[in-house]
Amino acid sequence: MSPQPADVATYALRLGDDALVASHRTGEWIASAPQLEEDVALGNIALDLLGQARALLTYAGSLRTSWGEPARTEDDLAYHRDERDWLNVQLVEIGDDGDFGRCMARLLVLSAWQRELWERLQGSADATLAAVAAKAVKEVDYHRDHATQWVLRLGDGTGESHERMQRALDAVWPYVDELFERDALVDRLVDAGVAADPAGLREPVLAYVGAVIAEATLRVPETTVRHSGGRRGVHTEQLGYLLAEMQHLARSHPDARW
Amino acid sequence: MSGGDDLTAEGGHGAVPTSGVPTGAGVTPPSREWPLWEVFVRSRRGLSHGHVGSLHAPDAPMALRNARDLYTRRQEGVSIWVVPADAISASSPDEKDAFFDPAADKVYRHPTFYTVPDGVEHL
Repeated sequence: MSPQPADVATYALRLGDDALVASHRTGEWIASAPQLEEDVALGNIALDLLGQARALLTYAGSLRTSWGEPARTEDDLAYHRDERDWLNVQLVEIGDDGDFGRCMARLLVLSAWQRELWERLQGSADATLAAVAAKAVKEVDYHRDHATQWVLRLGDGTGESHERMQRALDAVWPYVDELFERDALVDRLVDAGVAADPAGLREPVLAYVGAVIAEATLRVPETTVRHSGGRRGVHTEQLGYLLAEMQHLARSHPDARW
Repeated sequence: MSGGDDLTAEGGHGAVPTSGVPTGAGVTPPSREWPLWEVFVRSRRGLSHGHVGSLHAPDAPMALRNARDLYTRRQEGVSIWVVPADAISASSPDEKDAFFDPAADKVYRHPTFYTVPDGVEHL
């Protein structure tokens, strides 16, 4: 069964929005990280994510012509969509409040999930998604390693760093479950061999993250709170502020160039 | 800190105590600086590692990762070494004359007195 282009476009937009919002959040650390070396590392990671976002948004925008709508560019989609039109998971939009541990907790979960996702999407029936995945899988492999190194050191470091790393994991954990949600659109794409089954990612992602947490002498948070809704355009208050900053220049000076 | 009665101060508003205030002078705080590492990168197979710069990192695995991020962003290398900077013994600028100048007039140390046969490449 061949997939509907509109489904593929929405799926690409979801994954692209994840990458773009995560890129912006990560980029906020540049010049604020604990060391110059970490500024550069987070800058590299943010740029990797930005590259993934560009490919995915461009693809999502170009698919629109297949059902008779005008194509939208990556910039149209990045700078001229309002909050309710963004389809990223809430995990990537929550702020770090200047807490480096939060940044690493978020990156650990996100990169562990993206690692499994892109690995599977290399075999997607959609050639463009498969090509993006082949490039992205190596990038997020490194992101995951970077987050792992820091969570190990902070968790198994001093009393204070252990305490703060645990608090960071606790803060991020209510947003983990949303990564593994499925809906009718994803079900159709899984059947068509285009999408990766989100539920199938749960076990390997949690196994990896759990092993890092255990080695870092931390504990896996227990939470009954499960935030959700990002894939339907429902977001936390914090996304609005992020978009205001990210989109302000492009909206104030349309078509500005340098 | 002891009670306010023990302090003296100068000035009016925002007076600054001049004595009796613990300042921490003479106390060495725990170091917050990461140690320095020297970075060597091999640009491609068959070449040797060359020194490219230095960086700060808390330990060797992080030093390798920081080196990857700082010095191989543009595909500069296929292999990285990191060495604690204090593990390197360097020649002293004061000994420069004794170390290096005697080599200046010893032309026989250069293989310039051989006739290279025609057709020999890569010599």
